[in-house]
Amino acid sequence: MSDQLLQLLFTGLTLGSIYSLIALALVTTFKVTGILNLAQGEFVAIGALLAISLYATGIPMFAAFILAIILVAIMGGCLERAAIHPARRASGLTLIIITLGLSISLRGLALLIWGTDTYSLPAFSQGGPLIIGGAVLNPQSFWILGLAVITLSVLYAFLGLTYAGKAVKAAVINRTAARLVGINPNTISFWAFVGSGALGAAAGIFIAPVTMSTYDMGFMLAIKGFVAAVIGGLNNIGGAVLGGLLLGVLESYSAGLISSGLKDGLAIIILLVVLMVKPHGILGLLGERKI
Amino acid sequence: MLRIKGLDVYHGYVQAVRGLSMHVKEGELLAILGSNGAGKSSLLGTLAGLNKPAKGDILLKRKGDTPPSEECPQRMKGDTPPSEECPQRMKGDTPHLAETEECPQSYQAITGNSPEKMVRLGISLVPERREIFGSLNVLDNLMLGAYHRYRSDKAIIPSDIREVMEFFPALKDRENELAGTLSGGLQQMLAIGRALMARPKLLLLDEPSVGLAPLVVREIMSILAQLKNTGVTIMLVEQNTRAALKVADRALVMERGTITISGSSDELMSDVKVQQAYLGRARVQAAVAL
Repeated sequence: MSDQLLQLLFTGLTLGSIYSLIALALVTTFKVTGILNLAQGEFVAIGALLAISLYATGIPMFAAFILAIILVAIMGGCLERAAIHPARRASGLTLIIITLGLSISLRGLALLIWGTDTYSLPAFSQGGPLIIGGAVLNPQSFWILGLAVITLSVLYAFLGLTYAGKAVKAAVINRTAARLVGINPNTISFWAFVGSGALGAAAGIFIAPVTMSTYDMGFMLAIKGFVAAVIGGLNNIGGAVLGGLLLGVLESYSAGLISSGLKDGLAIIILLVVLMVKPHGILGLLGERKI
Repeated sequence: MLRIKGLDVYHGYVQAVRGLSMHVKEGELLAILGSNGAGKSSLLGTLAGLNKPAKGDILLKRKGDTPPSEECPQRMKGDTPPSEECPQRMKGDTPHLAETEECPQSYQAITGNSPEKMVRLGISLVPERREIFGSLNVLDNLMLGAYHRYRSDKAIIPSDIREVMEFFPALKDRENELAGTLSGGLQQMLAIGRALMARPKLLLLDEPSVGLAPLVVREIMSILAQLKNTGVTIMLVEQNTRAALKVADRALVMERGTITISGSSDELMSDVKVQQAYLGRARVQAAVAL
């Protein structure tokens, strides 16, 4: 029984790391722009599918990944300029509807390009699974966990140690004051979408070897990422990671110990419970000003 | 250094500034007085780029101004009327607007620019509610004040911070504390210090004395007087008329969006209407009569 519990924990942590990465991108964009980007899941799907297609052309794996990340980052920036920037004075609800439209459009585009087929990537590293305490841990899980840790560390270092990061924080704290010292919130919004595109693509690429990639894989991942972000408080970077891991572990245990049919429904149940019991999330506070 | 002509500013359907024309001389401390709702803050907000004017022109003296003969060759003909001597001169320019005796070519239109652009042009606003970055420390607040010139002046920013700290020694002891934990007076000093980090040509202060103890107000006003001596041009919006007139060179009184009284500080200090309306002289006289 303890082997099974450990196995479920490892599976949950791997799953949770994926949710954490998506939640991180959602929270970063929300913190900086005040916009809940519902197209974040499509960044993940298109990133994975682009990397798979590029790799299939014979480009070395690493180069295909970098290229896919750059292309999705550019796509994120272009979408911000084309759809978000012109509507920057609109209400939060309008902006969310715009991102929902973007999500549907991108999913349609992915369907046109990649069809309904499923795609996969080989694992990043060779070798068999690792046995820890009787539980099996896939090497790709280390890559996913590693990406989550590195992304979180880089984000903290950027916001806490760099001048540009402090300018971003300043714009989040007080938009008017930031403008009065010369910080342009529109530029920050643009780079937030570029960053969330890159992060989404990286997440998609890292999970491609363990999940089947399809044109519509982003939808459910975005919902899970959103639930993880809400658990963490929606504007708290550390909370997003914690929320993602918690959701992953709970999903894994519920699927393994109760029923696999509960897996997706559990996210919605958790979302409802968090919103009713602790609407500010476990670490965060809603209601910070948007840029 | 700054000329405003026929400025109209609205907040929704309410007109806050009505056809306002004025100028600011280089290096002076100009106080703008008036009661609540007179349009003082709206004027400063417009100059800082926070409000978009519905009508009017705001002109700022260009950087690195050249002598009149070079900047406006037509001016040297001398025998032509002012409106013809320089094509850029604004139509209907009134004598008090042109009293700087400079060719309008040496001014650039900055009407309706964004706050970011206004800072780059040398106009910095210290807003009424201070608007400091509460969850960043004092040092970070000051560093961010130099945001628009960070890339070009990175090497000299630490010495600029030291210079600002000399004006506000109390901030030096708290440089690593979160700005939100400072007292009101220190927050005001930080807000002024942060604006100075932008190296403004024109510093706009919106009611720096509001909510502060009299001793702190005195300290802030004394710092403004010192700042003026360093050559910074200052526009001070203030309801504390007596404190403002003590440090200002010149003052204007605004009522319902327009200027109703203007003159030197001494002139305004002895103006009966100013005394009655803003210095409490009528109340004193009434009290004495009783």
